[in-house]
Amino acid sequence: MEQLVYKKPESIRDDFKITFCPGCDHGVAVRLVAEVLDELGVREKTIGIASVGCSVFSYDFFNVDIVESAHGRSLAVATGIKRSKPDKVVFTYQGDGDLASIGLAETIHAMTRGENVTAICINNTTYGMTGGQAGPTTLIGQITTTTTKGRKPELSGYPLKICEILKEVDGTAYVARVTLDSYQSILNAKKCIKKAFEAQLKGLGTGFVEILATCPTNWKMTPQESHARVRGEMSEVFKPGVYKDKVSEAV
Amino acid sequence: MKNEKELLKGNYAIAQAAIEAGCQSYFGYPITPQSEIGEYLSTKMPEMGRAFVAAESEVAAINMLLGAGSTGVKAMTSSSSCAVSLMQEGLSFIAGDEIPCVLVSVMRAGPGLGYIYPSQGDYLQATKGGGNGDYKIVTYAPNSVQECIDLTYKCFYVSQKYRTPVCLLADGMLGQMMEPAVVGEYPYEEIDQSSWALDGAKDREPRHIASIERDQETLKTRVVKIFEKYNRILENENIFEKYEIDGAKLVITAFGSIARIAKAAVKMARKNGLKVGLFRPILLNPFPEKIVAEIAQKVDGILDIELNCGQMLQDIKASIAGVASIPIEFYGRPAGVMMTVEEIYKQIENVYKKIVEKNYGTACI
Amino acid sequence: MGRIVLNRDKCKACYLCIDACPKKVLEADSAVNEMGYYPAKVNSEKECIGCAICAKVCPDIAIEKVYYEK
Repeated sequence: MEQLVYKKPESIRDDFKITFCPGCDHGVAVRLVAEVLDELGVREKTIGIASVGCSVFSYDFFNVDIVESAHGRSLAVATGIKRSKPDKVVFTYQGDGDLASIGLAETIHAMTRGENVTAICINNTTYGMTGGQAGPTTLIGQITTTTTKGRKPELSGYPLKICEILKEVDGTAYVARVTLDSYQSILNAKKCIKKAFEAQLKGLGTGFVEILATCPTNWKMTPQESHARVRGEMSEVFKPGVYKDKVSEAV
Repeated sequence: MKNEKELLKGNYAIAQAAIEAGCQSYFGYPITPQSEIGEYLSTKMPEMGRAFVAAESEVAAINMLLGAGSTGVKAMTSSSSCAVSLMQEGLSFIAGDEIPCVLVSVMRAGPGLGYIYPSQGDYLQATKGGGNGDYKIVTYAPNSVQECIDLTYKCFYVSQKYRTPVCLLADGMLGQMMEPAVVGEYPYEEIDQSSWALDGAKDREPRHIASIERDQETLKTRVVKIFEKYNRILENENIFEKYEIDGAKLVITAFGSIARIAKAAVKMARKNGLKVGLFRPILLNPFPEKIVAEIAQKVDGILDIELNCGQMLQDIKASIAGVASIPIEFYGRPAGVMMTVEEIYKQIENVYKKIVEKNYGTACI
Repeated sequence: MGRIVLNRDKCKACYLCIDACPKKVLEADSAVNEMGYYPAKVNSEKECIGCAICAKVCPDIAIEKVYYEK
C-alpha cells in the first residue's frame, strides 16, 4: 500500500503561483512557513502581512488572509491587527531592506513592545525586486548596481547584523538565523520558524527568524553557486544560530 | 455616556466621542495641540478592553491604523499638521486598500514646525493630500465642541459605510477651548464589515487587501470605483450650513472655527442693513461645488474668509468657474492670530461697498 | 520504493532537486514546459526511495506529492 509522505501544504493555495526567480530561496521559505502554519493548526486564524519587495505578491501563494503593507511598515501593520484581534495569528514576511533599512524603527519598536507576532526576514544582501542595489546587509566588497566597485565601508558603511541587534531587544522571545542551502539546513530552518510562531502562540513576545537566502538573478550566480555563497562568505559575516530562545526556556 | 451638558475641552470631547462611537483601537504619537486625545484614551481604552498603542512615530501610527482597519474594527488616530505630513504615505495606502478608519487632524500653524496657534493652514493637506495617486480623504470640519462630538460620530459612520479613511479637521482653537456640549449616544446604525474584513480564512477563500494590482484594466477600474464612492458620499453624506443666504447680495464662505466668528459678523451686518449671508461647508472633501455654484448665481459677490493664505479659496473659485462671473474676494492671514468679529465685519463692510454698492472709495485687503 | 508527482509546468529548472536526490533519480527534460524551461523529470530507469528530499529543496513547490511503499 502506497503511503503519502509529502504533499503541498494546505497553507499554500491550490492555484498558487510562485512569483520568484528560478532557484530563489524565497520559495522554500514560503513553503516552510506554510508547513508550520499547517502543523500548528492555525491556518484558519492567521493573517499575514505582505511587505514591499519580492514578497509583495504573497497572496499569490499563501492560503491565508493577507494585507499589504507599505515599504518597511509591516510590523506596525501587524501591531494594529494583533492589538485589534489578539486571538489571530499574525505574521510578517519581509526582506532585509524592508525590515532592517526603511522599516528598522517599526521593527525595533514592535519588538520592544513585545508584540505577539512572528516576523520572518529574508536576508539576501540586496534589493532584489528593484534589480540588485546595495542594501543594509550588503557585504563588504559585494558588487551591486549601486556599489559597482564593491561595497566600501568608507562610502557606504557596514552590513547590519539584524539578529545581533534584535536579541538585545527585551520584547523578543525568539531570535534565530538560518540558511536554506541544504536539505539539513532546510529541516533546521523549519524547526526555528515553528519556534518563532510558538513564541507568539504562547504569548512570550515577538518571534523572529532571519533567513540567509539566495538571489541568483541579482548575484549573477547559478542557484548552486548561490548556495555556496550562503555557506561561505555570507555565513561568515552573518553567523547562523539561535540567538535567543525564551520558548525552550518556558517549557 | 452621560447624555447631559457638561463643560468640555474639544480634544476630550473628540476622545469621549470616539469611545462612545465604539472605537476599538487607537494609535497615536504626541503633538500639541491634540495630545489630550491620546492621553485620555491611554487610560480609558485599556480599562474598556480596547487597544491603545503609543506608537513610535506617526509613520507607525498610521500603519497600525491600516492594520486595525483591515480587520473591520473601528479604529482612530489623531495628530496635527507636520505630523499629519508623516502620515501621507499611509493614507494613500489606506485609501487604495479601501480600509475604513478615522484620522483626527487638529491643525496648528505652519509651515514646518510653525507653532501651536490655531490655524486653517492644512485645508489643502487634508483635502488635496500629499500621498501619491488618485484618492481623496473624506473630510469634515467642525466649528464647535459639540460639532467635534457629532462629526466624530459621522466620521466613524461614513468610514465604515463606504470603506474609506475619513478625516475630522479641527484646529488648535477647537482642540483647546472649553464650552458646554453633550456626548450623546452614537446615532448611526452599525455597518457589518464581515463580508470583506480579515479574520482568518475559516470555511472560506482567503482574502487579500492590497493596493498593488498587476492588471492595468483592473487597476483602472478599481480607482474609478473608488471615485464613484466619493460621488455617493457627496450625494448622501454632505453637511453644510447656510445662514441668511436668501436675498443676500454678498455671501461669506468660511469653514471651521473662523466660520463661527464670521457668522457673528454676518449677524452684525444684517443688523446694519447689509444683505449678507454665510455658507459654511462642513463636508470639505469631496467639495460641495454644486451648492457653491448655485449660490454664486444668485449673489453679486463672494467673500471667502480663512485663517490661511487662501486654501479653500481654490475650491470656491473652481466651483464657480464657468457658472457665474462674480468677484471673489478673500480675507485671510497666515495662521497664528485669530480674527475678531469686528475685524471680519469691517472686511464685510468694505467688500459690500465695493461689490454690491459699487462704491470703490475704500481699498479692500 | 517511492513515487513523486512533479508538476512540470511549475518547474523553473533550477535543478536543486537533481543535485539533492540521493539516488540520482531526477534529470533535466529535453522538452520545454509552458514557461519555456527545461523542467526536471524522473528517470524511470532509476529507483526513487520516496525520501521527499527533492520536494523539500524545491523552491517552486513543483513536486506536489511524494509517496512511499514498503
